[in-house]
Amino acid sequence: MTARPALVPGAPRLASVLRAREAGTAALVLVVFGAATLRDHNFADVNSIQQLLVGASLIALLGVGETLVIVTRNYDLSVGSVLGLCAFVVGDLFRHQHIPVWSGFVIAIALGAAIGAINGLITTVARVPSLVVTLAMLYIIRGVDAKLVNGHIVLPSQVPSAFAAVGYRNILGIPWLAIIVAVVVAAVGYAMRTFRPCRDLYAIGSNPEAATLAGIPSGRRVFMAFVTSGALAGLGGALFLALFAQVDNSAGVGYELNVIAAVVVGGVAIFGGSGTVVGAALGALLLNTIQQALVAVRSSSYWSEAIAGALLLAAIAFDRWLSLRVARGLRSAKGAHRDLSVADRGSPT
Amino acid sequence: MSGGPASAASRGASADPGPGGSGQAGTVLHLRHAAKAFGAVQALTDGSIELYPGEAHGLVGENGAGKSTLVKILAGVYQPDAGELIIDGEPVTFAGPAAARAAGVAVIYQEPTLFPDLSVAENIFMGRQPVRTGRRIDRAAMSRESVAIFAQLGVALDPARPARGLSVADQQIVEIAKALSLEARVLVMDEPTAALTNVEVDRLFKVMAALRRRGAAVLFISHRLEEVFAGCQRVTIMRDGRFVLTAPATELDVDSMIRAMIGRDLGAMFHKTGVTPGETVLEVQDLAREGVFSDVSFAVRRGEIVALAGLVGAGRTEVARAIFGIDQRSSGSVLLLGKPLPGGNPSAAMAAGAAFVPEDRRQEGLVMDMGIDHNVALASMGRLSRGGLIFRSAERKLALTWASRLQLRYGWIGNAVSTLSGGNQQKVVLGKWLARQPALLIIDEPTRGIDVGTKAEVHRILDALAADGVAVLMISSELPEVLGVADRILVLHEGRLAAEFARAEATEDNIMRAATGQAGKDAA
Repeated sequence: MTARPALVPGAPRLASVLRAREAGTAALVLVVFGAATLRDHNFADVNSIQQLLVGASLIALLGVGETLVIVTRNYDLSVGSVLGLCAFVVGDLFRHQHIPVWSGFVIAIALGAAIGAINGLITTVARVPSLVVTLAMLYIIRGVDAKLVNGHIVLPSQVPSAFAAVGYRNILGIPWLAIIVAVVVAAVGYAMRTFRPCRDLYAIGSNPEAATLAGIPSGRRVFMAFVTSGALAGLGGALFLALFAQVDNSAGVGYELNVIAAVVVGGVAIFGGSGTVVGAALGALLLNTIQQALVAVRSSSYWSEAIAGALLLAAIAFDRWLSLRVARGLRSAKGAHRDLSVADRGSPT
Repeated sequence: MSGGPASAASRGASADPGPGGSGQAGTVLHLRHAAKAFGAVQALTDGSIELYPGEAHGLVGENGAGKSTLVKILAGVYQPDAGELIIDGEPVTFAGPAAARAAGVAVIYQEPTLFPDLSVAENIFMGRQPVRTGRRIDRAAMSRESVAIFAQLGVALDPARPARGLSVADQQIVEIAKALSLEARVLVMDEPTAALTNVEVDRLFKVMAALRRRGAAVLFISHRLEEVFAGCQRVTIMRDGRFVLTAPATELDVDSMIRAMIGRDLGAMFHKTGVTPGETVLEVQDLAREGVFSDVSFAVRRGEIVALAGLVGAGRTEVARAIFGIDQRSSGSVLLLGKPLPGGNPSAAMAAGAAFVPEDRRQEGLVMDMGIDHNVALASMGRLSRGGLIFRSAERKLALTWASRLQLRYGWIGNAVSTLSGGNQQKVVLGKWLARQPALLIIDEPTRGIDVGTKAEVHRILDALAADGVAVLMISSELPEVLGVADRILVLHEGRLAAEFARAEATEDNIMRAATGQAGKDAA
């Protein structure tokens, strides 16, 4: 976006552009952070930085799963609801069943993965557009969640302290939460570059027909992307519970849009085929940093939403500009080869 | 899943030695009596082909003859409804493209099937990238192998660059590299040369020869019959979804091939109605576009077909685009029916009575998922609307009129254009513009990628249009077409008019001389 002028002369090397994109997002985080620190020195406090990281963690985590889905030209709008439902279900089990702490994570992930599997099945087997499937799922889960909660909010006193510790403990000043998310981002990011099934996701999003012709089992891969997105949203639910220790049926409301905004700002193409989970996580960090910075400079917090929106447009405009430039390159290159000339025709082969 | 081959009784007599029948080694691939239907449309009725190791086999037929369906059966994309596929003497069923590939069948499709967002190297190896310990993709090896294949092909492509932005020819090169990397025993090429220059075609033939020496079988599909003769030892001809014959290339010639393809004599391929040109419809004066072409002046009169010929990059399409106003012009003027056209304004050109049929009809001429009726009516909306509403019945009526005038072959007028063959799609584009009853028709490569039979129909349509008093400006790279259809031929060389020939004095030779800038003096 603005941090990187003079990219792309003629034919860009996509890999370097993408790397530049992530570097650009990271640079923008630093610029915003620096500017805010100049206005308010407390902004660079350990506490403040911890808050920044924690604040971005959940969106970044959901953004990882969302990236997998969007890369395949699909969308998962149910992530916020899944997070809310998993957070409540695990909290409810803690207070009524007294399950062990570790199983809270397992159950949340399993429940999330199960919902992701339903999304994936309907999308790939029944071939319903995922936008519709996951939108329906968003509302269904919201309804179920409201019925389950039914006024009985999970309270901090009902969450085991060992579980809640995940939400506030630090290692060397780095919040547990941020470490967990960073590990997930690193692991998934590595996998997305390194393993064939993960590369298949990019192929599917880049050219679905060609992916089929290349023998890629598109249905299975897209299904797995949805399961992963659900599982990560489930994990997000457990982390939400650990972080806030209090869950009602508004947990995670509206997260899906924040997640998609973060993913797109982070350089994941909304029509699939390109983008990285690292970029998505940086996008989440950028949006959160802007929000916190506006609070720090005592600007109205309403501005942060407007700025997030503007950033989104800027990111999409940048994408569009990039692809137009490349397309123009393609057209002129094509022109040179287009006509098999008169001479070709005349010469006997 | 495919119903067992209920053959046994019906056995078509093929004109070549059966498997193991001759002294030749056995077939590597043998498809027998394959059939495939899509709903009510029988795309393939009786597809048979035998491929021997070390042999290039040509497959020809009109569009809609079932070649592409046959290819997709070999590729494992379609499962045949009937018939059997035998590889190395064993009947096989391909569950999908991966199974076909595993059996050693590689396919280069007509339309490049690349992933624009991924690197060239990854495009080549998608789904079977070289891996090292832990099944991790070995990018270095992938890049190395890509470079090695490009070296074999004699091209220098950067394996790290994204496929987006590659020229069509380079995309085709990547497709070929993909097929080579499979070390396939059967290489199927569905019109691989459509976008290649002759240098690249020669190179492709060299690669084909190398593959054959290695014992691979090549199935080569092309509309360019000369290429089939140049590259193939045996040829199979298909018509209307059926096997017609297989014969050694040496026993066939172009005429007999075309006869077998269309099932009749083409007769005079070009029919020309003598029309005395009427008043001037289009007058182009000193038209120029900075750095592309300059000093272009000519006129087209009623009932006249004028062809723009020239080499690659001579600026033919660019001149046409500037006339119609798609591109800005830097100087000069364009008069249509005596009135000046503003530059860079296609809607003004349309309103004044011009129509432009672009070369890339999929991209620029048609809405592929919309019905034939909508597509035909698309450019006539103003005329069809009543108080701002478009009545479907009016669209239908218009479309039906043109469908019958253009002898369109279709199932139902509301069917999506994407269900039609390439030639019929071209007729829909024509119909869309002709429905406006233009005074001037500009048409770019009217018959590119169209089979011989439909080609003749398009030529007949152009002739009939001229006879009706339409002025036609045609751009074509096919000399026989230029010579056969046009009343006058303008030859562009490097953005300038190099020569003008009347129909009677034009020959392939003098057009080519003018196009290559060798002469102009011996032109009239």
